[in-house]
Amino acid sequence: MKILIVDDFSTMRRIIKNLLRDLGFTNTSEADDGTTALPMLQSGSFDFLVTDWNMPGMTGIDLLRAVRADERLKHLPVLMVTAEAKRDQIIEAAQAGVNGYVVKPFTAQVLKEKIDKIFERVNG
Amino acid sequence: MAYNEANALDLESTLKTHARELIETLEMGNVSGAVQLIHELNQVRDRGLYQEVGKLTRELHNAIVNFQIDPASPHAQEVSQIADATDRLGYVVKMTEKAANRTMDLVEESTPLLGEMSQAAQGLRNDWGRFMRREMSAEEFRDLARRVEQFLGQSQHNADQLSAKMNDILLAQDYQDLTGQVIKKVTALVADVENSLLKLVLMASHVDRFAGIHHDREQLRSEQAQQKEPSRGEGPQIHADKREDVVSGQDDVDDLLSSLGF
Repeated sequence: MKILIVDDFSTMRRIIKNLLRDLGFTNTSEADDGTTALPMLQSGSFDFLVTDWNMPGMTGIDLLRAVRADERLKHLPVLMVTAEAKRDQIIEAAQAGVNGYVVKPFTAQVLKEKIDKIFERVNG
Repeated sequence: MAYNEANALDLESTLKTHARELIETLEMGNVSGAVQLIHELNQVRDRGLYQEVGKLTRELHNAIVNFQIDPASPHAQEVSQIADATDRLGYVVKMTEKAANRTMDLVEESTPLLGEMSQAAQGLRNDWGRFMRREMSAEEFRDLARRVEQFLGQSQHNADQLSAKMNDILLAQDYQDLTGQVIKKVTALVADVENSLLKLVLMASHVDRFAGIHHDREQLRSEQAQQKEPSRGEGPQIHADKREDVVSGQDDVDDLLSSLGF
């Protein structure tokens, strides 16, 4: 399982990376915004995308839309991990085709729950 | 302020008396007298306007002095308090990042030590069970005794190391004190700036009155709202529990998504 973690703060990427490693996912890569993430997704064979929303350059919601619009990437499971907490934004992300939404600050338990749920659905 | 009100009253009363005179003069057919009156009216207005603009300029100048910005200085950027505040906030970001990384470094160094101990204990426990069930030869027992001794030594060593790392994690939280002080200073500066801006706005409103300028606040507001891009993101919500349009935690998010059929 190859996972791409996208967040503009290196500390947050590191936290997510460590939590994912605890869950048994050791093959992770990092990008600091959508602009750098998209080419990585297009050229690498990633199985899962974890992205923040608010980033300079290309935001997470735009990255999600770009992924869904890409013929080869459109089925990629996407989990949004973000501080954005407005109801409208969550609805916007759902409409754009997000597979899970975690609001910061979050716990390891919540992250695990959402990832399990996404893969249950993808594999089921 | 009293001076300002006197000024405004002066304008109003002059307008009223002159307006009456103007009508009377016109009704009498004295056109040149009427033009003279209009000229006087203009002068009253202009005088007020100049005064208010003058006050506004002085207030602006005071603000500039207060914030130690010398527009003529090539180093204006460096000496202004705002630039200083920007530096201070940059320092907060740097400090918090450093502390987060230091803490994570220490946690990452601790994890293998714990794993090592857990693994060794697991192995010893299995063999100890065999010994208790008398399934162990004397030769194997000697090996077990040697490993127990080794484990005790290693445990003590690792525990000491872990204790030192825990202590370092504790110390890495000292940024809170330093960044807290810096943020409090910047907050005070923002309050100062807001105060001065309010004063300037008040001054400008007197100019508007004399110049007869009217601002459509509703339109300004709606224009500003349009300029906001919701997809850019807003960052953390500070009063999430007091707002209807914001979720207050993961449970809220889950409820909302499940109501959407997720």
